[in-house]
Amino acid sequence: MTSTSLLQPRFKQLKTLRALAIGLAIGLAIGFAVPAFADNLPEVQRLIKQGQYPQAMEKVDAYLSSKPKDAQGRFLKGLIYTEMNKPAEAIAVFTKLTEDYPELPEPYNNLAVLYAQQKQYDKARTALEMAIRTHPSYAIAYENLGDIYAKLASQAYDKALQLDNANAATQNKLALIRDLITTSGKGNVKPSAAPSSAGLAVPAPTAAAPAAAVKPAAAPSASVVTSTQGAASTTPAKLVEAKPTPAAAPTPPAPVANKADAASEDVAKAIAAWANAWSRKDVKGYLAAYANDFNTPKGMPRKAWESEREDRIAGKPGKISVTFDEPKISVSGDKASAKFRQHYQAPGLSSSTTKTLVFVRSGNKWLIKEENSR
Amino acid sequence: MQGRKLILLGLAACLAGSALAKQAKTQTPVGKTASKAGKKTGSSASLAKLAAPVALATAAKVASTAPAKRLPVTVSDSGPEAQLAKIFKEIEGNRLGNALQLTESLLQQHPNYRLAHLIRGDLLLARTQPIQTFGALNGAPADKVADLRAEAVVRLKGYREKPEANFVPRYLLQMQADQRYAIVVDTKRSRLYLYENDVANGGRPRFVADYYITQGKLGAEKLVEGDKKTPVGVYHVTANLPRQKLADLYGSGAFPINYPNEWDKQQGRKGSGIWLHGTPSDTFARPPRASDGCVVLTNQDLDAVAKNLQVGLTPVIISNSVEWLSLDDWARERNDLNKTIDAWRADWESRDTDRYLRHYSKRFKSAEQNFDQFAAQKKQVNAGKEWIKVKLDNLSVFRNPGKEEVVVVTFDQDYRSNNLNNQMKKRQYWLREDGKWKIIYEGSA
Repeated sequence: MTSTSLLQPRFKQLKTLRALAIGLAIGLAIGFAVPAFADNLPEVQRLIKQGQYPQAMEKVDAYLSSKPKDAQGRFLKGLIYTEMNKPAEAIAVFTKLTEDYPELPEPYNNLAVLYAQQKQYDKARTALEMAIRTHPSYAIAYENLGDIYAKLASQAYDKALQLDNANAATQNKLALIRDLITTSGKGNVKPSAAPSSAGLAVPAPTAAAPAAAVKPAAAPSASVVTSTQGAASTTPAKLVEAKPTPAAAPTPPAPVANKADAASEDVAKAIAAWANAWSRKDVKGYLAAYANDFNTPKGMPRKAWESEREDRIAGKPGKISVTFDEPKISVSGDKASAKFRQHYQAPGLSSSTTKTLVFVRSGNKWLIKEENSR
Repeated sequence: MQGRKLILLGLAACLAGSALAKQAKTQTPVGKTASKAGKKTGSSASLAKLAAPVALATAAKVASTAPAKRLPVTVSDSGPEAQLAKIFKEIEGNRLGNALQLTESLLQQHPNYRLAHLIRGDLLLARTQPIQTFGALNGAPADKVADLRAEAVVRLKGYREKPEANFVPRYLLQMQADQRYAIVVDTKRSRLYLYENDVANGGRPRFVADYYITQGKLGAEKLVEGDKKTPVGVYHVTANLPRQKLADLYGSGAFPINYPNEWDKQQGRKGSGIWLHGTPSDTFARPPRASDGCVVLTNQDLDAVAKNLQVGLTPVIISNSVEWLSLDDWARERNDLNKTIDAWRADWESRDTDRYLRHYSKRFKSAEQNFDQFAAQKKQVNAGKEWIKVKLDNLSVFRNPGKEEVVVVTFDQDYRSNNLNNQMKKRQYWLREDGKWKIIYEGSA
């Protein structure tokens, strides 16, 4: 199980949760805004999205060398370790984050994901309960916790009834959180205990109790808004407009991101998902990236094309890796085209081609209408 | 707003003695939440509580996800009953978070405690979905769940129904002074009671402790070899087998008892190898009915009991269902028997053979003789006696459990006469026939 495959199924939910989560933890140590931040971290995030982890690591390390305490940077570093399948390093990073910023739920959540991968469900549970304690309305942590409870229950039953559940391959599918979305102006500022009313199940009295016990610190610079959906985040330096659309990706704290930017961001994500499904030999996911009226090569029947693709993807022995360089994306209305360099690697074949994908918007998705390589 | 309900009928049923029939109406999850992510959260619970004789449902909505505060870990060596009772009380009160913490602290003490694992499984599962029964796992093996449920039921009953202070088991009529403790087993209740011989208080049995036990797979009243039943009767510990000499199955130690005793043999009961012993290392406890006839304790309980066992002395009285006597009734029964026994002794000294023989049943049998042979021999012997002195020491009198009224009398007999002196340890079985106690067996012990 790779960590990437872990991420995929929940990607949608992550999107809905993202809100506008940036600028967090700014000036944590110094008390001032850090403008340089804007130049680097989004780039790191982009590299992560494209699967270019070593490069991402390089950038984030460079960033952290000047701001070693920065929560966002360290969080991304943990994320990169996770993606690179280095759980020990990732755990170390997230653990340190929970120590330095105990009010942030995301590091706890990701710690739990890592522990769960290692079948350390009790540790995972503790971490998730901490995440919820710090942030009583944290939906993903709740869902993850539900999965952990189920796993622990199943283990308990095994012990109670001496079931031989060696075949219990029902691998957990915990969602890794990819952004710090709760924010705080200062390390010691606690999230407000008010649960969001965003339709999240907020356990009533007891769950809120621990958070209520947390005293908001009277830090003058901290004007903090936290909540998962549609949250606005404020930083001492810059005001970022809160976007009501849940689809908003983490945008740089540059002025208002325009619609086209958001669209091209979504297209980039569609490309990443497509390449990812291909790499995972997830034929279903791969084919789902294509529009119903996709122009098949040489006009071959859709069915024939699908089975050919299936043959070449799922039927291929060994590992497939599909990565791509920064795509050039142009959006016009409900159409978009993306041109990029694609790197394909499989046993016995590795190639780099320039590819153009034409996308059409279908609902909230971007689907491939045409695929051309040169 | 989160409308997830769950039902812990099965758990509550345990409390009510598994009267699952009277369920309060089942409630199902209500209200899908808008957020998919929220679906696992906030298991507010409505718990249908069963109380005998009529079921009543208390529905309370309490969220139980995040533990409010850690309860202190209670460590006690008095067995898990108190903790189990607390856990079920928390479940009844719909404080599932507390129940889970208590269960986990119990598991810290006894990591192999299967019943606690089952409860923990239920409590965790209840956080993700509504559960309807004890052992709510889909496809859980019914027999194993039933075993654990049975254990929970008998343990809680045992915990709630301690022997009353002014009542004693009818069987312990009189212990000899050096018998420091006696064991009484109630197979129906899966309970072992440890009594102290309170010599300072006239030899009154004083309740010390009670423990959960496992009996034979097929219950009590052993008759033949291999019937997987536990014998019922008056026995004593005959040996102490240390752990090092035992297979893992026997746990921390074993104490064989003298089944079949003289009475069993006369009744044609067969079989052997009935022990008190401990529990194998892979589990904290075994189900109420699981052994091949032995009485099984948890290792910690066996160790506690073992401290008080005297090889060759400590009585082990196994009963289907212990009869309890008030101290007054107990004292009367004891005095009656003491008088009867002393009358037998005095009539022996009288050299009046008929008076002496009226204490013997027509069905009397010793190892070698029936009543007629015995009577003829006594008449012949008494003819040559000028005087007889009989002294009884270290008398013990135990009533044999069961429908027939039988008591087991054991003593050191010091017999002197003009032509013969003899000391022996004698055991007699007295049977109540037509309202009178008669000796049905006697022999050296």
